[in-house]
Amino acid sequence: MKRILRTQQYLIDYTLSSLGRRRGKNFGLLLVYTLIVFFLASVMLFAQSLKREAEIILRNAPEIVLQRLIAGRHGLIPGTYLQKLDPLPGVAEKRGRLWGYYYDPAIKANYTLMVPGADPPACGKIRVGATLARVRGLQPGFFLNLRSADGGIFSLQVAEVLAAQSELVSADLILLCEADFRSFFHIPDGMYTDLILRVRNPSEIVNVARKLTVLLPDTRPILRDEILRTYDAIFNWRQGMVLVLMTGSVLAFVIFAWDKASGLSAAERREIGILKAVGWETADILRMKFWEGAIVSLTSFFLGYLLAYVHIFYTSAMLFAPVLKGWAVLYPHFRPIPQVDGFQVATLFFFTVFPYTVATIIPSWRAAITDPDMVMR
Amino acid sequence: MIELIDVTKIFNQGAVNEFRAVRGVSLRLATGRVTCLQGPSGSGKTTLLSIIGCLSRPTSGRILVNGERISGLPERFLAEVRRRTFGFVFQRFNLIKGLTVLENVVLPAYPAGLPYKTLIDAGERLLRQFDLISKKRLRVEFLSGGEAQRVAICRALINDPAILIADEPTANLDSHLSAELMVLIAGLQRAGKTILISSHDPLVVESSVVDRVITMRDGTIVE
Amino acid sequence: MRASSLFFTLILALTGLFLVSLYHGFSGNYQLEGKLAATCTFTRELGITDLALFTEARYTRHPSQADLHAAFQDHPLALEHFPTGSLVPVPNRLRQ
Repeated sequence: MKRILRTQQYLIDYTLSSLGRRRGKNFGLLLVYTLIVFFLASVMLFAQSLKREAEIILRNAPEIVLQRLIAGRHGLIPGTYLQKLDPLPGVAEKRGRLWGYYYDPAIKANYTLMVPGADPPACGKIRVGATLARVRGLQPGFFLNLRSADGGIFSLQVAEVLAAQSELVSADLILLCEADFRSFFHIPDGMYTDLILRVRNPSEIVNVARKLTVLLPDTRPILRDEILRTYDAIFNWRQGMVLVLMTGSVLAFVIFAWDKASGLSAAERREIGILKAVGWETADILRMKFWEGAIVSLTSFFLGYLLAYVHIFYTSAMLFAPVLKGWAVLYPHFRPIPQVDGFQVATLFFFTVFPYTVATIIPSWRAAITDPDMVMR
Repeated sequence: MIELIDVTKIFNQGAVNEFRAVRGVSLRLATGRVTCLQGPSGSGKTTLLSIIGCLSRPTSGRILVNGERISGLPERFLAEVRRRTFGFVFQRFNLIKGLTVLENVVLPAYPAGLPYKTLIDAGERLLRQFDLISKKRLRVEFLSGGEAQRVAICRALINDPAILIADEPTANLDSHLSAELMVLIAGLQRAGKTILISSHDPLVVESSVVDRVITMRDGTIVE
Repeated sequence: MRASSLFFTLILALTGLFLVSLYHGFSGNYQLEGKLAATCTFTRELGITDLALFTEARYTRHPSQADLHAAFQDHPLALEHFPTGSLVPVPNRLRQ
């Protein structure tokens, strides 16, 4: 047993000096490999973190959002519909929601204006999201001028900047009182953007939704479950942004391993011949090649993963920010909270270390089993 | 004692370019002697050497070392025999570039899994014996021809084999170094090694160090 | 020192760091709910339905609330021109 371990250590010695002989090439190899793992691991950790955060935060979304459809489009919903919902059992609370978009040409950004259900700001005053405040340079006491639909200017004073902690949901929010909202957007009294319903019993939600479509045929209920699934689809590795980001690097990796597996050079074949001629058996050669693949892939995996971990959780995924931002002006500062899915890490390990190690052994097979008499010539 | 019984080696058997390198050679090589195989190129002496040294297998025939048959062994055992029994010095030395002298010398012993210190000590002992110890950390590309050959000999001896095989050892040496080589070989014989050389260099063939000369032509032994 | 010894040290160090990161990550799993508590309350009180991640366009800002027309806001034949539009897939319920 000790002999086997000692032999493996000698093989590793040999492999390391063999890798060191073509230092530039192998360093480049290590770098590329590490970068690929870095990218894959970053996508994996980021998507996983956002997925979980979305799940936890949006579990607090209303159970049912009732939208009115006019000619297939989302239209204003009358508050009288709330009375029509009275006979529905299981609905704990219901209210109308007022929210809308405002495009600010000054900074080319979209804001979301919203009236809070409870404790609204005083009329003439607003509470703004932290990102908005930052980009517009707003502080409590400053004024924000918005242009309403009829061309008039609304000058609203910032009463409070919302907590930076909640930036992920409040980045572009402007909270204002109902009167201001209605006069700004010219929305008549009694009309709302949509209605939200709270249903205590989760198993009742589907029943309530079904009854809603009967009671109010021109509406469409959006269930919380659907909201959660929407975000799950965005952050799921099989769909959405994750797939887009991962495909490139997976492709790069395949090309990489393919290049490695495409065969040995004449010099490498000769070297194997010499090793066999001095007394190494085929198994030793193959073990040595295994170590060659394993050394590079293990080192790259650990380095790439650790760098990805730091990238996502300590620099807030700064390399991905431009991708997620797109043309948006307002992009929330948020720090993904560290968390890890063991299964995904294991999958990443398996799919990056294993193919490369195999790709290093296979082309050597032929040379390893050939009789070494060719070195005589 | 090495015994060959009716050994034949055919390359590309059955094909259009079939070539019989060795034809029905039977031979007995005594232990502790220096034997020289001579003959023109193409006579099959290199092929015969590689067969004896377990670098290739004969197409037919048997090879016995000290009464034990080695020609039919599976690859794993053949490699072990090759490592333990034979030390090969190639015509072109075949040292691994980029590695140091010491690394090249101890390389054949890696599969044996000896303790590190033992291995390094054995390697350095050989280097001292062949006056190379000062160059142990030098990369082999920077050696002179004579030094490279001595390193090749050290490498061949690291596993302390009973039989040393040298293929055209003086091909890349001048007369002075060739003479020195024969002195080294004499010393190894005195230490109890069996030595088999192939050469067409008169300096080797006619040397007093050589106990027996076997002439080959067209794959067979000529007497 | 032997090359293999140096390598073993390196790999051991990397493995150690890797295990630390795993521990850090796994313990973070448990802290998640606590750290998001304030945001959750905020979400519940306001009745928020979407993350404010993609503020480029309306249908990317509230993907869960999008109707069939939202993505064609400019023109029925409008090709996808918002970069994040390619990251946000069509909500499931619209595909049924």
